[in-house]
Amino acid sequence: MRNRWNIKVEVLGIALAILWLLPFYLMFVNSFKSKKEIFLDTTSPPEAWSFDNYITAFQELDFLRTLFNSLLITVVSVVLIVLFSAMAAYALSRAKSKMSTFLFFLFVSAMLIPFQSVMIPLVTVFGQFDMLNRGGLIFMYIGFGASLSIFLYHGALNNVPKSLDEAAKIDGANRWQVFWHIIFPILKPITVTVAILNIIWIWNDYLLPSLVINTTGSETIPLKMFFFFGEYTKQWHLALAGLTLAIIPVIIFYFFAQRSIIKGVSDGAVK
Amino acid sequence: MRTKDLSYWLFLAPVLLALGLVVVVPMVLGLFYSFTAWNGIQTGEFVGFQNYINLFTDERFLDSLWFTTKFSVVSVILINFIGLSLALIVTSKIKTSSLLRTTFFMPNLIGGLILGFIWQFIFLKVFASVGEAVDMESLQAWLSTTETGFWGLVILMSWQMAGYIMVIYIAYLEGLPKELIEAAEIDGASTPQRFRYIIFPLVAPAFTVSMFLTLSNTFKLYDQNLSLTAGGPYNSTEMVAMEIFKTAFVQNAFAYAQAKAIIFFLIVAVISLVQVYINKRREVEM
Repeated sequence: MRNRWNIKVEVLGIALAILWLLPFYLMFVNSFKSKKEIFLDTTSPPEAWSFDNYITAFQELDFLRTLFNSLLITVVSVVLIVLFSAMAAYALSRAKSKMSTFLFFLFVSAMLIPFQSVMIPLVTVFGQFDMLNRGGLIFMYIGFGASLSIFLYHGALNNVPKSLDEAAKIDGANRWQVFWHIIFPILKPITVTVAILNIIWIWNDYLLPSLVINTTGSETIPLKMFFFFGEYTKQWHLALAGLTLAIIPVIIFYFFAQRSIIKGVSDGAVK
Repeated sequence: MRTKDLSYWLFLAPVLLALGLVVVVPMVLGLFYSFTAWNGIQTGEFVGFQNYINLFTDERFLDSLWFTTKFSVVSVILINFIGLSLALIVTSKIKTSSLLRTTFFMPNLIGGLILGFIWQFIFLKVFASVGEAVDMESLQAWLSTTETGFWGLVILMSWQMAGYIMVIYIAYLEGLPKELIEAAEIDGASTPQRFRYIIFPLVAPAFTVSMFLTLSNTFKLYDQNLSLTAGGPYNSTEMVAMEIFKTAFVQNAFAYAQAKAIIFFLIVAVISLVQVYINKRREVEM
């Protein structure tokens, strides 16, 4: 009885999983077809697996440079968010005072502000100071990413006993050394969570880069994809090859880090 | 470490600088500009509440607000229902559990912009060709009406976010004490009874988190809206985030758009606070 129930659940689960993958299947098989073949049939595999669409899409997307831009912006932003947020959370958790409570409250309440509410003044102010470029973008990511990251680090730091700090201090270490040599390494699990949440967000972000980056050659993948799609909107075979290319780096990342990713996302939401 | 120590401020300096210049200053400036005739370059004259008063007769803004509300309510219900169902499936004793989790979660890693383009292809091309093959009129011309645009967005978001919400429910379901459920089983509680009286109350905190996340995500939606329907046909599937964007950067009505942005902030903040408050109270009662 119990067994038969489990088999039914399993069959249902597998059927749903196939349904979930269907959009990716459709994107993939049609990305190899010619324009005419898509017009005739969208559901079966292509007659021939031709890479012509991919060659065109690869060149038009300037794929290697676009990929490099995305990697550069994501990696630099995430590294800085991790380091600066951990430092800030450490200060807030170790100096219990009205000031710390106020600052922590400030960071948490900043999470309530939707991007659209600050978007217009942000862009005009940064524009006036000539900061609408990749450097400015990274700085903005630190500002927008700090709140959640500090919140997560703060929660984790409350479980790290202060006696550790004291012991290291007696041995003659200063604050800076205590933090980087003793505390930061202990925080590794939450660092993974913070890094993953910020990687997913920054890698996929479209709106902020679209407002900040306006020189050809600096575009990230979502930004370039938007222009590319606009140009090839009636040519689905090329658009789909471009979309598949854009997804490949994410699939590789997921393949190697799926356990940490799912754990990180779950921890980030639940805590 | 004490508040008056220099090291305290050095540890905090980078994030305070970034948060200050990126969030606090624009927020304060934005609030100020929303009471002026700001055009992006000059502050212009002080107009009091005029921008806010104009909002109430701005049909396009009110329509987008109504569309966003309908979309959010339907999506929140569907995403949570599907997410919880998927979580119950993958936490039962089945062999493919981890493979299924990986699959359901996958769409969350890919950006909304790209997912919207993929689904545009499905709704426009695949639906049309399948509709022709099985002779179903209702599969033709998707995204060309307000209704199909609405459901297109709902389907896209449910497909994308259900796996995310599933992960949250899994965290709570796997944290349930097994002895409690087994004890209920021995006492003769049926499956629906066990669900209603034991599992449901214990996973109540998961509802707080999930409802909050889905509501704020769907209410603030922009990327998927842009790539799937771009607000069409005739701006009828335009959500608030996109409406604010267009008021600012297409019509160049900066101060007016900023007033909309402030109202948007107030709605999002109130929803978040009310939801957390209600759910916290319910958890305690249970």
